[in-house]
Amino acid sequence: MPLITYRKALNDALAEEITRDENVVIIGEEVAQYNGAYKVTEGLWQRFGDKRVVDAPISEAGFIGMGIGASMLGIRPVMELMFWSFAYVAWDQIINNAGQVRYMSGGLINCPIVIRGPANGGTSVGATHSHTPENFIANTPGLKVVCPATAYDAKGLMKSAIRDNDPVCVMENTLLYGESWEVPEEEYLIPLGVADIKREGTDVSLIAHGRAVITALKAAEILAAEHDIHAEVLDLRSIRPLDEEAILNTVRKTHRAVLVDENKPFCGVSAQIAATIQEKAFDDLDAPVQRVCALDAPAIYSPVLENLQLPTVSRIIEKVLQIR
Amino acid sequence: MPKLPNPMPIATDDEVALDPADYARAEINASLKPKQKIGFLREMIRIRRFEQTSLKYYNQGVMGGFLHLYIGQEAVAVGTVSLLGKNDHVITAYRDHGHALAVGMGMNECMAELFGKATGCSRGKGGSMHFFAPDKNYWGGHGIVGGQTPLGLGLAYGLKYKGLKGCALCFMGDGAVNQGAYHESLNLAALWKLPVVYIIENNKYSMGTTLERSSAMRNCLAERADGYGIVWDIANGEDLYEVRAKTASAMRRAHDQSLPTVLEVDTYRYYGHSVADANAKKYRSPEEIERYKNHHDPIRLWKKRLIDEGVLTEADADAIDEAAKEEADTAAQFAIDSDTPAPETIFEDVYWEVDNKTEAGSTGKHFFSE
Ligand SMILES: Cc1ncc(C[n+]2csc(CCOP(=O)(O)OP(=O)(O)O)c2C)c(N)n1
Ligand SMILES: [Mg+2]
Repeated sequence: MPLITYRKALNDALAEEITRDENVVIIGEEVAQYNGAYKVTEGLWQRFGDKRVVDAPISEAGFIGMGIGASMLGIRPVMELMFWSFAYVAWDQIINNAGQVRYMSGGLINCPIVIRGPANGGTSVGATHSHTPENFIANTPGLKVVCPATAYDAKGLMKSAIRDNDPVCVMENTLLYGESWEVPEEEYLIPLGVADIKREGTDVSLIAHGRAVITALKAAEILAAEHDIHAEVLDLRSIRPLDEEAILNTVRKTHRAVLVDENKPFCGVSAQIAATIQEKAFDDLDAPVQRVCALDAPAIYSPVLENLQLPTVSRIIEKVLQIR
Repeated sequence: MPKLPNPMPIATDDEVALDPADYARAEINASLKPKQKIGFLREMIRIRRFEQTSLKYYNQGVMGGFLHLYIGQEAVAVGTVSLLGKNDHVITAYRDHGHALAVGMGMNECMAELFGKATGCSRGKGGSMHFFAPDKNYWGGHGIVGGQTPLGLGLAYGLKYKGLKGCALCFMGDGAVNQGAYHESLNLAALWKLPVVYIIENNKYSMGTTLERSSAMRNCLAERADGYGIVWDIANGEDLYEVRAKTASAMRRAHDQSLPTVLEVDTYRYYGHSVADANAKKYRSPEEIERYKNHHDPIRLWKKRLIDEGVLTEADADAIDEAAKEEADTAAQFAIDSDTPAPETIFEDVYWEVDNKTEAGSTGKHFFSE
């Protein structure tokens, strides 16, 4: 299988879906002539032209709302946010319009829109550019949200998101765009709502999503090599819908869970996972559920400190050792 | 650009000052058959009777939430909607009952929605502010001030993308022009030449705030479109002929040139912002309201016009009114007799994939209640 980058995997997914469905259109800032601020849409404008790949002015509320309106008529816009951190100026459109219109119309209207872009800390761009709003989106019934951790997942999830008939938010990661993974050449889809065991283990479950999966995998390696602890790493991949069965299964297998989450702890994704485990697998637990989240302050600029603020391998190992 | 219009102050005169241009002779109106003209009267009266009936029940405490009445503004919805063709679409804010009935939604489903019943147009999930009928090209009913303005743009974008000759009429209040989303939409509409008509229903107040206290531009609100190079116009909302003539030319601009227009329509609401409007008597005088009711009422003026034209008699008008009252009463009874939605419907209409029992809809957990 060829090794391709997370960025290229997304690019391939977009190209394949534009080719497959004439209603798919990419809209966003710098997505066409500039090739994408993070080059995810590189070459697509040259290949597919003005109608299918559209540069928008810096008007997130305007163009995201426009995409939602167009999706009500059956267009399938894939909207790029240069950063998910900029979603807040379009928040009303995303939450109130994309998220609620199906419900408030008693099911008469639906919005097959995808909103995508990077949502991560760790790049020293300060608090305004480092948000991870997957918990906010997941807190909104009517919206779906996925956070791929590998190139393989990014491609498969993006293609499913575009074909989905509900609004799907895809949260990517600038630190992963340049990383490579094996991706098959033949077409495949990854359904939303299916988690993936990225490493089998027996002693403790590390449950994560997005780049936290990569951090958890590194921790698992050290735990095995230095402490003879065999951690299972479960990648949620999709936050809403959520693969609750996979979460419960891994906890029933290892009886210990450490949740690794680049979201903040208070009402973050890990809070929901912890609640689920204590509600449904309490008797299977041999230790309290532990969490390793982003430290609970705005994302700090200072590169050294920011690396400490996000979940680190050593914090994960420390938590595992506490409940071994 | 049109020349700077006269300011649009609150009417102080008792004279009806219809534009000397006499829009009755405009092409779009000259071709009207008596039956159509009477039809417009019927639609306006139906809206008014529907709302008066809903108000009666609201005051009995059988409905929830807000009830924003459109009474006084009927000529705007009826005049504009009367021009819609197959590929023309409508979207508006929360003062949406008038547009809903004008596009052809039934009184029963609308009344039942107000009562929160399963037979409501949104199955009791939207309420007064959120009526929808996509089968009639009617996209709501939106509760956030200005929030529908990018959506209207999106309808226009969708039409253009699909190569359909149509347009979106996006209605909004005079208060909504102060929302950023509207201005982003105007720029995009002009930039991408989208066939959208923003219709500002200037009823002089946003809740209790007058234009003088909310808008930096004093002449009119549509004038702001100059900043985006968008053609704009103003219309007297008391005169159904004028509303139709000016909307028709905006729609022609959309259909033939794929260009946006901002059309500000001078109108007035008689009731409070919502029925529950604690300060209704503070921000305007009862005399002002009476003046509008007696001298600027769109239904009264249209009726007089049709009688003058010899196409309608008082008796005809009375019969139309009687029928509308009866229809509204029947709708209220329908709503009363309808069932409350079943509790399990709370989880319906959230996700298309779940409702349609697709593989995607049954993969993973979509709802997190016990
Ligand atoms: C974003 C937002 N802010 C405030 C409100 C509360 N609100 C509802 S209607 C309204 C006044 C709007 O007036 P206008 O646009 O003139 O419309 P009208 O009610 O006169 O039809 C306000 C402040 C809201 N619904 N949404
Ligand atoms: Mg107003």
